Amino acid sequence: MLLDTPVVGRALLQAVEAKPMPHGTLSVFYIFHFYLFGLIAIVSALLFVTRKSPVAAALWLVNTMFCLAALYVLLDAQFIGAIQVLVYAGAIMVVFLFVIMLLNLGRGEGKTDTRGLGWKLTAGAVGIALLAEIFTLTRASTPLSLTLPQGFTAQQVDATGAVAPVAVPLFNQYLLAFEVTSVLLLAAIVGAVVLGKQRGETDAE
Amino acid sequence: MLSEALFFSAVLFVIGVFGVLIRRNAIIVFMCVELMLNAVNLSFIAFAQAYGAAGQVFVFIVMTVAAAEAAVGLAIIIALFRHRQTVNLQNINLLKG
Repeated sequence: MLLDTPVVGRALLQAVEAKPMPHGTLSVFYIFHFYLFGLIAIVSALLFVTRKSPVAAALWLVNTMFCLAALYVLLDAQFIGAIQVLVYAGAIMVVFLFVIMLLNLGRGEGKTDTRGLGWKLTAGAVGIALLAEIFTLTRASTPLSLTLPQGFTAQQVDATGAVAPVAVPLFNQYLLAFEVTSVLLLAAIVGAVVLGKQRGETDAE
Repeated sequence: MLSEALFFSAVLFVIGVFGVLIRRNAIIVFMCVELMLNAVNLSFIAFAQAYGAAGQVFVFIVMTVAAAEAAVGLAIIIALFRHRQTVNLQNINLLKG
């Protein structure tokens, strides 16, 4: 019975009552894990920014991405959570690690790697301003008519599986954007090959 | 959990901005940009839960753009390294007047 459900992860979460309750209340289990993964993500991001060695930084960033995938699952976006692990943590970060390895940058560059006090103060000021802006936005209220009833997304996932809520709008409403994406990827492939080619490889003969 | 998710997203985004401003290693600056994209994705997912699944489609497309950007950006970094033997942004100042 458990394996018959479209999303086994969903069923497992249900088994421990992590699902948002239909009455609009969340279980303590759910809230605890939400905060846990959020805090781990933030701490890993801070460690990522402060590490000297690029390899250590990349691995902390992978940790942040895993925590974000967990948050996606808690927010009823199981498919995107899986894609996050596969594409971001699995593919993009591996490319970063490959480049670090290829250029032999594993050691870090010591003191010249961070900018001076002036830049740090500027960064702090920009950071505080951005945080203030974003928190103001967070407090803004949106019209109730736009808001889905609590637990609606979870019910949708239960009814149609985790992929359908993404796939249906992607291949109907946003089909053009999806097709244009293929052109973007082609351009990226050609660009990466052209840029990565050894200089003078073609006019060597 | 919308406001909590937005809070985490905002903090992660600001950490990314901070990293871009204070680091000089081109690869780490680039990874900070990825962190900022991830933070915005978290916002999209949180909004998708509250306002409908279209937000998840946007995340899908953002991930595609991030993959393309990583491929091209890292190729640029490799080309720069061949040219200058460093990825320290202090030494890559051809456009500085």
